Amino acid sequence: MSEATRRWRRGTLVRDRALSASARSVTFAVPDWPGAAAGQHVDVRLTAPDGYQAVRSYSLARAGTDREIELAVERLPDGEVSPFLVDELEPGDEVELRGPLGGWFVWRPGEQRPVQLIAGGSGIVPLVAIARAHAAADSTAPMRLLASVRTPESALYRDELEQLRATAPTRWHYTRVAPPGWTGPVGRLSPRDLEREVIAGSQHPLVYVCGPTGFVEAVARTLIDLGQTADSIRTERFGGT
Amino acid sequence: MMRPLDGNVLAGPVSGLFAFDATSTRAQCDGCGDVAMIAQAMVYGEPMGYVVRCRLCDSVLLVVVERARHRLLSMPGVRWLRVDTQDDGPAGP
Repeated sequence: MSEATRRWRRGTLVRDRALSASARSVTFAVPDWPGAAAGQHVDVRLTAPDGYQAVRSYSLARAGTDREIELAVERLPDGEVSPFLVDELEPGDEVELRGPLGGWFVWRPGEQRPVQLIAGGSGIVPLVAIARAHAAADSTAPMRLLASVRTPESALYRDELEQLRATAPTRWHYTRVAPPGWTGPVGRLSPRDLEREVIAGSQHPLVYVCGPTGFVEAVARTLIDLGQTADSIRTERFGGT
Repeated sequence: MMRPLDGNVLAGPVSGLFAFDATSTRAQCDGCGDVAMIAQAMVYGEPMGYVVRCRLCDSVLLVVVERARHRLLSMPGVRWLRVDTQDDGPAGP
């Protein structure tokens, strides 16, 4: 944990785009950004005029040493920070950022084991960073992504992931509404879905699960029931529902 | 109330308190003996700070409070921390 990591830096919003009706990609220019590994996050701190501060963690959507960092933020009902980041922040505005942070929910290009990524909702963000880093490094480790979303419209980064299909193919799973013509199951990921879609435990994959707390716990428990080893499952919960 | 997070979220609040990334450090729970990464612990956050509980027995492992001018770290339920010094990354399973 270096001095560089723990100090707060100013980030200036330089680009933004809607990812869905409730999520936005925001890219900040950050002077002296030291670069990040795939899967890491930053803390974002907002300070109100009266001095009140709120800090939240957001995953980086891209690893690497650019002087720009991309976050994807989903608006949480009753959220203190996310509605501001999604709806209010305008290009040129500044926030305070601390990072890159985290050393466990991280994938490094030297890793040779097969990788299974499993996302619930906006939990896909750090997994997009991992899939991008995997392609950028020309890694030969097999990688697959299983992404659970409520509806086709709530899927984030669909186009980017489509471009990564040769190196990290994505399987979308719909819990509420599926696209027209969809013939697969609709509903929460079942043990059967996970058994069918996830790299088998016999191949000793590294498994990264990110999503709301309930999703992560249900998926991790089921994977262990299906024979995956607990130590091979890395999880990141973001609260919410 | 917000549902629990996990130890990944502590990386920022404890940065600078240790000379290493504490979230990819193994700790033993003094209550039940479970050994896990700090990142795997359950974390109940805000508004007062973070209460970090064992993933298995719910014992309080750590309490982290971050304020503008100070940070407070208490480790009532940690028997030991094991720091891997071979490289910067997690040791893996």
